[in-house]
Amino acid sequence: MDLLATHGHWLAFAFAFLMGLSILLYVILDGYDLGVGILLRGATDDEKDKMIASIGPFWDANETWLVLGVGILLVAFPIAHGTILTALYLPTAIMLIALILRGVSFDFRAKVLASHKHMWDTSFFIGSLLAALAQGYMLGLYIMGFEHSIASHLFGLLAGVCVAAGYGFIGASWLIMKTDGELQKKAVRWARVSLWLTAAGIGLVSLATPLVNARIFDKWFSIPNIVLLAPIPIITGIVILLTDYTLRKLPLPQDRFAWVPFAGAVSIFVLCFHGLAYSFYPYIVPEKMTIYGAAAAPESLMIIFVGAMVVLPCIIGYTIFAYRVFWGKVQDLRYY
Amino acid sequence: MDALMLARAQFGANITFHILFPTITIALGWMLLFFKLRYNRTQDMKWMEAYRFYVKVFALCFALGVVSGITMSFQFGTNWPGFMEKVGNIAGPLLAYEVMTAFFLEATFLGIMLFGFNRVSNRVHTLATVLVAVGTTLSAFWILVLNSWMHTPAGFEMRDGVAHATSWMEIIFNPSMPYRLTHMLLASGLTASFLIAGLSAYQWLRGDKRAGVMAAMKTGIYAAAMLIPLQIFMGDLHGLNTLEHQPQKVAAMEGIWETERGAPLLLFAMPNEETRSNDYAIGIPKLASLILTHDLDGEIKGLNEFEHHPPVAPVFYAFRIMVGTGILMLAVSWLASIQLYRRGEPKRWLAYALVGMAFSGWVATVAGWYTTEIGRQPWLVHGVLMTADAASDVAAGMIAATLAAYVAVYVVLIAAFISTLFYLARRAGEKPDRPDRAPVANRPGVAGSRQILEGGA
Repeated sequence: MDLLATHGHWLAFAFAFLMGLSILLYVILDGYDLGVGILLRGATDDEKDKMIASIGPFWDANETWLVLGVGILLVAFPIAHGTILTALYLPTAIMLIALILRGVSFDFRAKVLASHKHMWDTSFFIGSLLAALAQGYMLGLYIMGFEHSIASHLFGLLAGVCVAAGYGFIGASWLIMKTDGELQKKAVRWARVSLWLTAAGIGLVSLATPLVNARIFDKWFSIPNIVLLAPIPIITGIVILLTDYTLRKLPLPQDRFAWVPFAGAVSIFVLCFHGLAYSFYPYIVPEKMTIYGAAAAPESLMIIFVGAMVVLPCIIGYTIFAYRVFWGKVQDLRYY
Repeated sequence: MDALMLARAQFGANITFHILFPTITIALGWMLLFFKLRYNRTQDMKWMEAYRFYVKVFALCFALGVVSGITMSFQFGTNWPGFMEKVGNIAGPLLAYEVMTAFFLEATFLGIMLFGFNRVSNRVHTLATVLVAVGTTLSAFWILVLNSWMHTPAGFEMRDGVAHATSWMEIIFNPSMPYRLTHMLLASGLTASFLIAGLSAYQWLRGDKRAGVMAAMKTGIYAAAMLIPLQIFMGDLHGLNTLEHQPQKVAAMEGIWETERGAPLLLFAMPNEETRSNDYAIGIPKLASLILTHDLDGEIKGLNEFEHHPPVAPVFYAFRIMVGTGILMLAVSWLASIQLYRRGEPKRWLAYALVGMAFSGWVATVAGWYTTEIGRQPWLVHGVLMTADAASDVAAGMIAATLAAYVAVYVVLIAAFISTLFYLARRAGEKPDRPDRAPVANRPGVAGSRQILEGGA
């Protein structure tokens, strides 16, 4: 704990926490957006309109958490930002182009000739899928310590598929909560399939991570850590089973428990994120750079920290307000 | 091309594409607020018609601005890791404040502004419009603070080769910031005004003379006519400020190689870096000295005086394109104002000119940015950090491949954007909405808020 004794160390930890929080919020919030985009492939034209309407008012702000997460990496850990992003140059470019395609399709599809709409729906789907795959691939390479071997690229691809499945699952759970009728039933089926894909992915990544990294192996499988940390995988397993049980019963009369799969998805994301964060702490670039070594000057961090303490509660406040405005089952969106 | 040029080309392509959309939305947000407030006060549906149409334009521009802005936040790290390593202690907080105070504000309230009309009270909806406009303007403020600091750095000291802040007031209010920010905000005002004037002139030429179209056209033309003289005055002040802090940039803008008294204003020339002189120069004697020093025989330092100076030709040409576009804007907007005032509508040929100038704001803004940013080279942060020293060690082939991909996407998107705007303009005049072409929410048979559309607010 003496690491936290000095000003700079305390700030570095606070910013690592804020960065983690932003990335986690991004993965949850834009995760359901991207998931809905991936699921578009299996929907009819009317369902597509409903699905996109359910995320329309939120996606701009959801994507902003990515900007904040990368922004904190940039401003609080400038050296790490350069190292990580140059190592992930190509997947980053692919993700950005994919996010561009997804984002513009929202607006173009609603404004163009009906005959062009399918084209923008396709680019919506491709953009969402590619962004998810690229993000998972980056996670995989990160876990492998940016090593350029065939094994690590394969692992990256695997992680890409897992993240896409995870997004599909949280997207389907969102739709169960926000839609009704046939589309909701369809979303339940999507959620069941993608839940098991997600579970398989989590299992593979959890096994692979300690195997490729001796430090992480020691961290998890030494006494007493193995006992203290056991709740993380155990709770994850229980949540997966409970969510699956609920999915078998849905939809219920009066739409009861329609929120359960989404809550389950959020819990699973939080638990996995916690496991990863625990594994890598205190490194920001695996095995090369710690958050304390990469942090910017304390006086600059302090300026941002004070601002963040004032502004972040406001952001969370008006985000909740926006969700309340659009609460309940989705209606068709229109610019009035 | 080497990796450095490719990295610059890629960053340039990304930021050029990005700036097109904020340039519209910064001012369009305030114009929408104007429409909304006019409607609140007069209850005249023409203002609501104008609001409804331009809120769609705004949404489209905003989406393009957001997605291209995300690219920018990554490009710092992928292309210029040395930038944050050296001046991250200054640039970081400014960027952080942009994200925290502006991005979330505009993105969150945009949802309510676009889709929340029938879910919140009119007052909250007007407030959402205000907050979106404030958000776009705040983001312009922070990013221009950072950009200005890169031109005229102040309020810092170098320790162990890394910049550390000594005074945030001096950093934020650095010498060129007030000029650059005002110049950019006015540029945004002009871009949005000419876009509105151009789109409504297009609708008018097609026989769509609804009150909403005419109200928008008047707003666009009168706003442009008022803003352009302010912009010319502001541009002159900005130029004088640049002469004080970055004389080599002004020398490149004016194509002055040797220090001279009574320097001519070159209307046309081809700067030649090999012979270090201008070919085919046509100029007005002594005018450059008069404009820049307010003295016919004032001395202007030539490029040969400086150890480092920017590439001359691109700065020289870009500056002339910007000024030329500005003069054209002055002529067209004033003529259109006179015709509107006298006859209530423009003459047809002038309406065609307005359509042609719908995107003139883009031309002037991008040319102006090229003037100032290429004019800063070879520095990334003037006097502190060279562009070459900030570059990443990514392989040239990788940069070239991703650059090609970005450019291909951008060309398609700009084409789609422009054609969609004109398509929206045509469709707005068709009544009633044709179900086969209408966007999803307009289709009959879906529940929603059609009564809002038909019954007014």
